[in-house]
Amino acid sequence: MRKSRSWILWLIVGLTIVSVLAPLAQHDERDGFEMQKFGRLPVLLNGRIKPLDTVARTSLLIIQGKQTLTIEHGEMTAIDWLAEVMFKASEADRRKIFVIRSPETQAAIGRNDPAEKYFSFLDLSSHLQEIEQQADLAQKVEAQVRSPFQRDIIKLFERLTLYHRLQNTLEVAGTENFKAQIDDLLKNIHPSQVPMNSGITAEALQSLGFLAETGYFFPIPPVPPNDDPLQWRKMGESVLQFITAGDLHPAVSAWATMASAYAANDPAGFNAELDRYSDWVREHFPNRVHKAGVESVFNQLEPFYSAMIIYLLIFILACGSWLAWPQSLGRCAYVLLVVTFVIHTAGLITRMYLEGRPPVTNLYSSAVFIGWGAVLLGILLERFFRNGIGSATASAIGFLTLLIAHHLSLDGDTMEMMRAVLDTNAWLATHVVMVTLGYASTFLAGFLALTYIVRGAFTPSLDRATANSLARMVYGIVCFATLFSFVGTILGGIWADQSWGRFWGWDPKENGAALIVLWNAIILHARWGGLVRQRGLMVLAVFGNVVTSWSWFGVNMLGIGLHSYGFMDSAFPWLIGFALSQILFMLIGMLPLHTWRSQLEAPRAPPVREMTKVSA
Amino acid sequence: MATATLPNEFLKPLRVFASLRLTVVCLGCGMLLIFLGTLAQVHLGIHAVQARYFQSLLVFWSPRGADWKIPILPGGYLLGTVLLVNLIAAHATRFEVSRKKIGIFLLHLGVILLLLGQLLTGLYARETQMRLDNGQTLGYSEAPREVELAVIDVTDPSFDQVVSVPEEVLARGGTIQNPTLPFTIGIRRFLPNARLTMRAQEPNAPVSLATTGFGPNVVVTELPRTVKDDERDLTSAFIEINGVQGSLGTWLVSNAIADRQSFSVNDHSYELIMRQRRFYKQFALTLIHFEHDRYAGTDIPKNFSSRVRLLDSERGENREVLISMNDPLRYRGYTFYQAGFDNNDTTTILQVVKNPAMLLPYIACGLVGLGLLVQFSMHLFGFVRKRNR
Repeated sequence: MRKSRSWILWLIVGLTIVSVLAPLAQHDERDGFEMQKFGRLPVLLNGRIKPLDTVARTSLLIIQGKQTLTIEHGEMTAIDWLAEVMFKASEADRRKIFVIRSPETQAAIGRNDPAEKYFSFLDLSSHLQEIEQQADLAQKVEAQVRSPFQRDIIKLFERLTLYHRLQNTLEVAGTENFKAQIDDLLKNIHPSQVPMNSGITAEALQSLGFLAETGYFFPIPPVPPNDDPLQWRKMGESVLQFITAGDLHPAVSAWATMASAYAANDPAGFNAELDRYSDWVREHFPNRVHKAGVESVFNQLEPFYSAMIIYLLIFILACGSWLAWPQSLGRCAYVLLVVTFVIHTAGLITRMYLEGRPPVTNLYSSAVFIGWGAVLLGILLERFFRNGIGSATASAIGFLTLLIAHHLSLDGDTMEMMRAVLDTNAWLATHVVMVTLGYASTFLAGFLALTYIVRGAFTPSLDRATANSLARMVYGIVCFATLFSFVGTILGGIWADQSWGRFWGWDPKENGAALIVLWNAIILHARWGGLVRQRGLMVLAVFGNVVTSWSWFGVNMLGIGLHSYGFMDSAFPWLIGFALSQILFMLIGMLPLHTWRSQLEAPRAPPVREMTKVSA
Repeated sequence: MATATLPNEFLKPLRVFASLRLTVVCLGCGMLLIFLGTLAQVHLGIHAVQARYFQSLLVFWSPRGADWKIPILPGGYLLGTVLLVNLIAAHATRFEVSRKKIGIFLLHLGVILLLLGQLLTGLYARETQMRLDNGQTLGYSEAPREVELAVIDVTDPSFDQVVSVPEEVLARGGTIQNPTLPFTIGIRRFLPNARLTMRAQEPNAPVSLATTGFGPNVVVTELPRTVKDDERDLTSAFIEINGVQGSLGTWLVSNAIADRQSFSVNDHSYELIMRQRRFYKQFALTLIHFEHDRYAGTDIPKNFSSRVRLLDSERGENREVLISMNDPLRYRGYTFYQAGFDNNDTTTILQVVKNPAMLLPYIACGLVGLGLLVQFSMHLFGFVRKRNR
């Protein structure tokens, strides 16, 4: 590359890194309240101790489908929103965060305006009973056969329930001065085994019981400090404990002070208590606080989201390199690919650290890992062949898988606890990683083959040398795919033998894995037997995309079997569309050569028979 | 040029089976079979799918309600066998034994073991269940989908003498004679699955075959065998007890009837019951405690475990064992897995598996992995070396 262009390359790389790290420089300090620090406080939810920031983001995602809230003057972060929901119920109730698109669901709340899609809790509050009733009716129908309205109304009900529970976690929604109430209790209560004898009023007791039952997350850490997640308590539980046993937990008055200060618009009081409580938890739970801090930085950086966008940029650069400036653009794409791979890897490692698990634990992380594996192999291919193909295909898969991951993350927290049989790091690290790498490499082979077909049929850019190098890449990657998917699948069988007593049970997910192994074996045997040549190899490899997407997603949509993750109705049309598009590319790949724009004369050498010698 | 050492005439018929084309066709059929067998699970239970698609020679299709069927695909057993022959024939005719082929050889050996292992498992493995309540001791497990007729001599209060007739014998019909019983058992009718209703609810139903016991008051309607995993066949039969003096009556027995029915012959008292088929072990298990752990603040199960006492007087074993998810008890050829629970966490359900071919997949996995690794790394290094030259 000429020197004059190299500074542009480094400028692009530098700008990318700066834009990825930029969110760290932002300081969220809404109206003087230290919200960033507030978001780092650890709480327990769904079995995992996480920063309040994660609770805020996942809740807002579930309720409105986005991690930030658009308001009249700019944007509101998730943690700002959560603080308002918990401490200023009347204001939060006016925010239009509930999206209702279906006209039928709108009818259920007495609305009929297609232009109006966003509703506030206040808008919906007079229809809560109807919504609950309809949701109850819909719940009685089996999940697979529910109508779109039934699914929609159940979702709406769940979102409203979540909102209601968030509001009633730290204090009963609408409480004006929670700190004063706690102080009153401290002054007037004589703790007693029988709560009614402690001097507490029946109303206060009732509202504490409500708080203990309704609360969404567990804000009160164990006393004396220890690492057992089972000992975290809800606000209501902890106060009730004080009434029966004495000793008010210091966290109770800390949260109550913050609540009252926020409600009274007193940033100084809020920040002072926040500092005091932050120091207290850091002193007693240093590991938890450290992890929560790492997690909130991770949330802020959104490394997979950034990587997704850069992969798209790389794809454009790499494809561009086949049209103009192959050297400069190709090199730029490659360097960016490596940089993005580092970001991707850092994200993956952070997740592993936070979860204490191998990389793949659910469908979301499988998407992230498939992208990672494909990019790694793509970088190796690019190092060998230096023709932009490795960069283009790897970045395409990286982009698509992270896009899928992004959509999967809309369901809430992506770091879930592992159900009983899955609670084993040894098998997650071996079987699951192997099978997922099998997916990644089968996809990579399929996308390389797509490159061959698209460039060959629609552009004049596929010359014999490029075609031959693509054939070598596809062949090599299919070999890799066979290795990973075969060994991974058998390891899965052994896991099943260890935990369920049978090696193979014809469960849909097992069958899906077996299909990938069989398809890769078919490709290799058809090639060795001379049943297909170069283009045939490409056409077969494209079908690998269909088989893998079936195994990865399709079987989960059947809603049966031990591996099913629930019914993902919304993804179904996409899967069908993807499969059809791949079949279309296969058909294009089978068109007579003279209809292709690239002039590929038939290869002169006889078909490769590398592994077998048929006797004459 | 011939590459094998065996005489050519001997190999000729084998070559037909050794072709790569056959391999590809078999693998393709295998994919189709697995795909259809997956889709079928939407409507059929896993047991029905296994029997129809994978543990069969041919897969049949018949339109809804029709009584004819046509074969549409080779079943798992047929495909597996053809692949096995194909693989062995290929090695006998085409492959040179050489260092370059060692990877392929290991890998194919692994595949052969895998196929054999699945065949043997399908034929000889037995899966039963043991349901233990807190404190209960059992020396047998039960087949969840198979019944037996037990004829129990309860004359001696200190022990029961049991003669049990397995389902397959009942299904054959005819008359059963056993040297320890002073009577024969005639099978008047056998129903693999049936619905039982009280006669009072269906007064117009035809008269029952049964003449004594619960039978006369019950109307039995035959049903097809269930194809769902969460349903159990209510297998029923009408049996006639014939002593030397002639018939003592006809009884209805069914695994839907939990109570025993009694009669006596020659001063001996007998009881009849149809129950899930039992497999007695040389040892017994007692459930000490079942534990169901959840993650904090959720209903997500973290672990299930059963603390049991293993009693084996023959071998002098008397010890506590913890059976938990991913950590089974293996003892005397049986493996006990934590499979489920019931009755508010006071009952544990253990899956009891006896599989003589259990080790084959482990060996196969090693061979296949090693073979693929060796073969592909030889390729990769060859490729890199060529490029670097």
